[in-house]
Amino acid sequence: MMSKINHSTTERVGVYVCHCGSNIAGVIDVEAVAQWAAEHLKDRGVVIARDYKFMCSSLGQELIEKDIQELGLTRVVVAACSPHLHEATFRVACQRAGLNPYLCELVSIREQASWVHTDKHAATEKAKAIVSGGVERVLHHTPLDPLHVPIHPATLVVGGGIAGIQAALEIADAGFPVYLVEREPSIGGHMAQFDKTFPTLDCAACILTPRMVSIGSHPNVTLMTWSEVTNVAGYVGNFTVTVKKKARYINTDLCTGCGICQEKCPKKVIDDTFEAGLGYRKAVYTPFPQAVPKYPVIDHVNCTYFQKGTCRACEKLCPTDAIDFNQEDEIVTLQVGNIVLATGYDLFDARRVAQYGYARLANVFTSIEFERLSNAAGPTNGNIVLRDGVTVPKTVGIIHCTGSRDRNFNNYCSAICCMQSLKFAHLVKERTGATVYNFYIDIRTTAKAYDEFYQRVLEEGAIFVRGRVAEVTDASRMPNEEGKLIIQVEDTLAGLQRRIPVDMVILSVGLEPRRDSHEVAKLFGISCSSDGWIIEKHPKLDPVATMTEGVFVAGCAQGPKDIPNSVAQGAAAAARVLGRIQQKEIALEPVRASVDESKCSGCRICNGLCPFNAIIFHEDRMVTEVNPALCQGCGTCVAACPAGAISGTVFSNEQIFAQMEGLLLHNIEHPPLTEGVLA
Amino acid sequence: MSMNGKPKFAMYWAASCGGCEIAVLNIHEKILDVDANFEVVFWPVAMDAKYKDVEAMPDEAITLTLFNGGIRNAENEAMAHLMRRKSKILVAFGSCACAGCIPGLANLSTREQIFEAVYDGVSTDNPMGLRPDFQWAAPEGNLHIPEFYPVLKTLDQVVAVDYYMPGCPPESHQIAAVVDLVIQALQGNATLPPTGSVIGAGTSTVCDECPRVRNVKTIQQFTRIQHLTEIDPNLCLLEQGIPCNGPATRSGCGALCPRANAQCIGCYGSSDSAFDFGARLMTAFASVIEGKEPAEIERVLDTLPDPVGQFYRFSLAHSLLRAAPLVLEEEEQYATHQH
Ligand SMILES: Cc1cc2nc3c(=O)[nH]c(=O)nc-3n(C[C@H](O)[C@H](O)[C@H](O)COP(=O)(O)OP(=O)(O)OC[C@H]3O[C@@H](n4cnc5c(N)ncnc54)[C@H](O)[C@@H]3O)c2cc1C
Ligand code: SF4
Ligand code: SF4
Ligand code: SF4
Ligand code: SF4
Repeated sequence: MMSKINHSTTERVGVYVCHCGSNIAGVIDVEAVAQWAAEHLKDRGVVIARDYKFMCSSLGQELIEKDIQELGLTRVVVAACSPHLHEATFRVACQRAGLNPYLCELVSIREQASWVHTDKHAATEKAKAIVSGGVERVLHHTPLDPLHVPIHPATLVVGGGIAGIQAALEIADAGFPVYLVEREPSIGGHMAQFDKTFPTLDCAACILTPRMVSIGSHPNVTLMTWSEVTNVAGYVGNFTVTVKKKARYINTDLCTGCGICQEKCPKKVIDDTFEAGLGYRKAVYTPFPQAVPKYPVIDHVNCTYFQKGTCRACEKLCPTDAIDFNQEDEIVTLQVGNIVLATGYDLFDARRVAQYGYARLANVFTSIEFERLSNAAGPTNGNIVLRDGVTVPKTVGIIHCTGSRDRNFNNYCSAICCMQSLKFAHLVKERTGATVYNFYIDIRTTAKAYDEFYQRVLEEGAIFVRGRVAEVTDASRMPNEEGKLIIQVEDTLAGLQRRIPVDMVILSVGLEPRRDSHEVAKLFGISCSSDGWIIEKHPKLDPVATMTEGVFVAGCAQGPKDIPNSVAQGAAAAARVLGRIQQKEIALEPVRASVDESKCSGCRICNGLCPFNAIIFHEDRMVTEVNPALCQGCGTCVAACPAGAISGTVFSNEQIFAQMEGLLLHNIEHPPLTEGVLA
Repeated sequence: MSMNGKPKFAMYWAASCGGCEIAVLNIHEKILDVDANFEVVFWPVAMDAKYKDVEAMPDEAITLTLFNGGIRNAENEAMAHLMRRKSKILVAFGSCACAGCIPGLANLSTREQIFEAVYDGVSTDNPMGLRPDFQWAAPEGNLHIPEFYPVLKTLDQVVAVDYYMPGCPPESHQIAAVVDLVIQALQGNATLPPTGSVIGAGTSTVCDECPRVRNVKTIQQFTRIQHLTEIDPNLCLLEQGIPCNGPATRSGCGALCPRANAQCIGCYGSSDSAFDFGARLMTAFASVIEGKEPAEIERVLDTLPDPVGQFYRFSLAHSLLRAAPLVLEEEEQYATHQH
């Protein structure tokens, strides 16, 4: 009943042990491992075992190719780094020498041995066991051919912030269709809320709106705002995406964007989104004048007609009869080959740092509130004033790292707050002449022209106090503190406690993943870190791809970053997508699940599990089948099938158990292992 | 060949309940075929014979031995070796011999815990706190009783086994079919399956033979069948929250239990391709319970009564785990002590 090692083999196996410089050889005696394999695994088909400095170098690869040709190897085991890194390299090397690439097995003695152990002897013994497991496993490999699937030329971009806009434009300009789905009534994202952008202080609207307009008018872009993706099915090259277009109650064929409805609508609503709660909008609105598209939406939760049944002022006054109260949500299905997620970030909720008094002390503002205050198109026409709407502050305190680099909230650095605080310091100085204090832990101004900007703000006379603010309070102790907000801080450079009275406090709140990031990740079949930022395929070498083929990520959805980096990622994601589209088809790993019908009982346990909808149930025969074109080889159903009727290529029970037997050295007569190793 | 020219048959009973023996007798008139075709040389339940008679036989003298029960003590083990030596075909007969079955559940307890339950239990009157002494120096000489092992083993964990015939007990019609097959093979009219095969059972699972309607499943909560006032007679039991082991259990019984409105408890063990019955079934159940959040999942899982009994009632001794860690430790100590 148990699997046993079959002791005869006619395969000719080559074993290659990599030094990886000193990465592996520094801890593992690689020569000993190769020698051991040549001696002890001879009966298991090993005809040659070598060690080499860098197996992944061309010389290392040539070693394998030469042996395949000269020694007639039929199987190859490379003991080196993780398959993640170099599996493809060695497979291709085998293929060049005429061996089916899937007859090569890469086992990791770096991540799984040399990097995680300090005891050289034990690590060497473990490496031998790992090699032995690889040899047993490779004996069960079969030649496979990759599957070729066509790539649909259209792309879905989710999120119309600067990152999504950039990605969409690059792809559209290259001549391919793009669907841009944005949840809000207009594209633009956070950048549309800003007045000036660091470090150059260009006007945000001046550089953003031309791009928004291009999106709106581009023949290759289908813009869907006030919309959300509700379902994603299929796989790279062939996704079927369902989008819900929420009812706008505006007939966009008729609406000219004249704005009369917004002007005449009697219902004022506090604008918590775009104006960060500082201003009002109407029940029928576009978030800001340069919105793209120009069509407003009616917010039915606040509209008097929807709530009370009377009003319809907009309908009466609309010159083109574009108001349509009967509109309903529309469900649209799209076919796309690739997806770019550019859903951006949310802001840290400043109320969580109770001691800073936000929402309790009137003149404590958040960074985004300050952006609106300083924006010429904002609620105060760009006048920096206190909550009363008139008083110009004489002293302003800017607190960096609110909610970031703080064990109580987020450990990470939000990357943009230093620069954004410096920008605020400059704007306050320029517009009000007030005294400005910056409370910082470290100043991080690492990108191009950032430190120069810091020098400029220093020269302008902003005061910098190093230390984490303990408290912001209105309880005065001294006459000069009366009516002020007092910032209590330990000045760590001067080595003393300070109380600094100010009129206005600005909290540079951190960036956080979208509140719904986990649901969104699930919808698109990708993963996020426990924080909620989307995980990239490789943090250095593949920063805009995800672990799911055909799904890319750009901008702050992947982690906090500034506009230049968001744009660069948008363009990078577009380049990846365009590369795919140009190839017209993609070769997929032939790692697939298949059902042995004679063993399937039709219990239907697996039927609802496949994340790629690859499982079909045949009612007539009461058996399950896996559609190989849809299956991604994730293994979910393989693990679930209680009858063991489903098997995964490359990961069959046979292969896994053989590897385990090999690891345990059940394949050799007298395991030379010393005590303690593997016990 | 024996004196009357007929091939020899034996059946032996190690650590088990005796149900397997009854099941063999329960093949009704087919038993006459056994008698007609075989010479029954050893079958302690049915006839008188001594161990020494078996010992006296030449090796491989017995054509077919049905061995039921697990290996609990030294006597069981000695008999396993003896029957192996004397038999051409040794069949692990019934779930105890194949996978440990109910006696194997004692692998969760140390010997002392077992003795405590047996010799100090509420129904036992043992004022002197006696325990079995495996050796006793009586004036007449040394006496011993078979030593009780720390771990119950399956037959194939002590000797090589030719065929496995699962079931608790194996279904009579399946026994009859196997007897038939062996007779046919002996007469040259059929070939026996390769050694190591499971005989007298199917290759799929109980669901395959179950007439109940099934759908894509999500389980919100598990319920003991006796706590339900109403059971839909046509719908898959698992979908009704009754933890039915049918999906993982080897077919062959004809889905007797689900047909009788009771859940399959898994007595036929796992199918060919499943390595560890309990692990397979656990992943299967876990795959279809409702809930995405850990707390929700926990809540559903907490409704599953008696997980060991559910997943390993018949196969603990043959599972990857085999026994509780403490018991395995005891076994190791016992083995070193023996050497
Ligand atoms: C106060 C402040 C000031 C800043 N100032 C500067 C500056 O001066 N210079 C600079 O370089 N950087 C600045 N930044 C950083 C800058 O905001 C970001 O780098 C940039 O906005 C990131 O763009 P994005 O497209 O990734 O995300 P976002 O701007 O957040 O855009 C994401 C878009 O996706 C949409 N969306 C989200 N989820 C979904 C969904 N599920 N379906 C459909 N649509 C969805 C959103 O509605 C939004 O439109 C500042 C940040 C802050 C907080
Ligand atoms: S019907 Fe609603 S949206 Fe139109 S004017 Fe009245 S309140 Fe505003
Ligand atoms: S889980 Fe296995 S036995 Fe059940 S329907 Fe799926 S493939 Fe068939
Ligand atoms: S392995 Fe199974 S669950 Fe995973 S993609 Fe393939 S069919 Fe779907
Ligand atoms: S799980 Fe049980 S009740 Fe459901 S189909 Fe299988 S054997 Fe029948």
